[in-house]
Amino acid sequence: MEALSVADVSLILDTADSLKSISMREIKKAPTLRGKSVVNFFYEPSTRTRSSFEIAAKRLSADTFSLSASTSSMVKGETLLDTARNLQAMNPDVIILRHSSSGAPYVFAKAVKASVINAGDGINEHPTQALLDLYTIREKKGGIEGLKIAIIGDIAHSRVARSNIIGLLKMGASVTVAGPPTLIPKGIEAMGVSVTHDPVMAVKDCDVVMLLRVQFERQSKVLFPSVREYATFFGLNEKALKSAKKDVIVMHPGPLNRGVEISNGVADGPYSVILEQVANGVAVRMAVLYLLIGGSKSDNVD
Amino acid sequence: MITLIKGGSVVNPHAGTVEKRDLLIEKGKVSRILPKGALGETPSISTTLDASGKMIIPGLVDVHTHLREPGFEHKETIASGAMAAAAGGYCVIACMPNTAPPNDCRSVTEFILDQGKRADKARVYPIAAISKGQKGESLVDFCELASAGAVGVSDDGFPVLNSELMRRALEYAHYCGLTVISHCEDQNLSRGGVMHEGEISTRIGLPGIPGASEDIFVYREISLARLTRCPVHIAHVSTGASVELIRRAKDEGLPVTGETAPHYFTLDHGVLVGYNTRFKVNPPLRTSDDVDQIKKGLSDGVIDMIATDHAPHDSLEKEVEFDKAAFGMIGLQTALPLTLDLVREGIMTLPEAIKKLSSNGAALLGVPGGEIKEGGNADLAIIDTEYEYCFEESDIFSKSMNSPFLGRMLKGRCDLTMVGGKIVYQRDT
Repeated sequence: MEALSVADVSLILDTADSLKSISMREIKKAPTLRGKSVVNFFYEPSTRTRSSFEIAAKRLSADTFSLSASTSSMVKGETLLDTARNLQAMNPDVIILRHSSSGAPYVFAKAVKASVINAGDGINEHPTQALLDLYTIREKKGGIEGLKIAIIGDIAHSRVARSNIIGLLKMGASVTVAGPPTLIPKGIEAMGVSVTHDPVMAVKDCDVVMLLRVQFERQSKVLFPSVREYATFFGLNEKALKSAKKDVIVMHPGPLNRGVEISNGVADGPYSVILEQVANGVAVRMAVLYLLIGGSKSDNVD
Repeated sequence: MITLIKGGSVVNPHAGTVEKRDLLIEKGKVSRILPKGALGETPSISTTLDASGKMIIPGLVDVHTHLREPGFEHKETIASGAMAAAAGGYCVIACMPNTAPPNDCRSVTEFILDQGKRADKARVYPIAAISKGQKGESLVDFCELASAGAVGVSDDGFPVLNSELMRRALEYAHYCGLTVISHCEDQNLSRGGVMHEGEISTRIGLPGIPGASEDIFVYREISLARLTRCPVHIAHVSTGASVELIRRAKDEGLPVTGETAPHYFTLDHGVLVGYNTRFKVNPPLRTSDDVDQIKKGLSDGVIDMIATDHAPHDSLEKEVEFDKAAFGMIGLQTALPLTLDLVREGIMTLPEAIKKLSSNGAALLGVPGGEIKEGGNADLAIIDTEYEYCFEESDIFSKSMNSPFLGRMLKGRCDLTMVGGKIVYQRDT
């Protein structure tokens, strides 16, 4: 998201608007990317993002091909750069890369001619998630500028948080992050956000609340005392949500830890737009693919 | 065989002077130091080296080099490292024990000494491990290793986590005449980190290593020096807080010394944006405030010496994802010009800079070097402090290319290095 300008973001969101209807038709296919090859290279497990990209590519008639770390030669000890060079030799148009190491797509993109889309790198960025979140907010609120947004949870280990912070600030929203002190990274204020810890304080007068998944798989044991304590003091329930604006929307990138960062009542309640986020993900990813290879220009999205 | 070096200016780090002197070299020693042109009767000079417009410095002494032999010869051999050292103006390098097998016994120490002699470039002195297998559990045979030729002990690459073991190492090594060099890192704090923890790591999403992981252990070593009254040397100081701790220890009169490396006074963590693994090093590049504190420490004498922490890694270890890449950068050929930058900045005078690059290191290890005197070893380098050039891979003598300074304009380089009166490096003209 760092490299995208306000105009770039607006173009992507506008394009997603016009492509969204394809998914609503009976024949969910447009010929726009016929003859283009899209490689889905997921070095790390993913359900939502991977299927979203795959559906997006197929609805635009691109040929898709999936590769995961366990089915690639990386299990045989091939380096990322050699894998990149080998994929490039087959001349794909786009490589969508999900990787557990921050910065991997930047290195990867230097080794290939194909456009590279960052589908999440380590704890760094997840730009298409931020774009679909921006799209959802714009759709619900009519715009992004001037909105008050709270992002609550494991900010330190979240690429979703990082990309959203960059994107939201770029588009003129104000952002407050909240979570246990151990999950707020040092120097985050320098990005332009305000920091609090109590979720009730964070959601006060908010237009949008974004919750983050507690990523048990990324954490050392000492970051917070227990899931029970987290749920009680940092999870969002309907009561805490009362201090937000009346028309607040609640977002979550999934997968949900119900009863931990989000109560059932909030997840399934009237403010939740969680499933709309998923639907919009397809439109936004179609837009990104279209803008990258639908015309003649070739670039990277990160 | 008499060699005359004429027309140059001799840097004397002890006297703090730079004076035009001609040198006569005989049988590996400096036989006479004469005012310029004072050589009356001409003895049978076999070689004359013209050093007009150049500085003649005592050969540099690196107290912290990683040669990868035995075990990782694809990264560096003792011969290639000693050659890179010579090309950088070094006459003495002390190599760390983290090889495979590690240098924790007489046979490895003797092997290193033999390979160093065979290479016949810079003099190579081994630093042995503190603990067997560098596992931090039990002390190696210090007295035997000292008798085999080791000049110091360190578990560099790994901190000694057990404070009692470190205490006993200080006490016992002092008796054996070995310098203890401590790699300060609280690994419970640093584990998983790949760069300095701060604004930049937060922005680019890389796990951080807090400055505190270094400071905590620096304070532990100071505390142990106070307890035992035995000397301790702090390796690769990278934080402003560590500089301050060492400053107070020195004010208190404790036998604590410290080194830093050129990358810690030249680069800050901002260069990590872009994920270039050439900037990945441990301890990591810190903030610009830390850089300023390091410079201040060099200027007021808190930091005694500049070491390279030359750490060669092949592309196999570096051309990978950032978090999987090896820590470390080569530095033998860039330390001199980068230190000369500090002289030009007014941080130190030239003799002070050379003292930190040579004499203080020789004193720490108890090896000859760091001065040009009549009757002393002819270990010296002729340097051109004004020469400007772009540092490129073709300049590198090391087997590995992992320098963070490739493509950078450097000012100052070594033209000739002489060890025991023998020219071991001479720049192609």
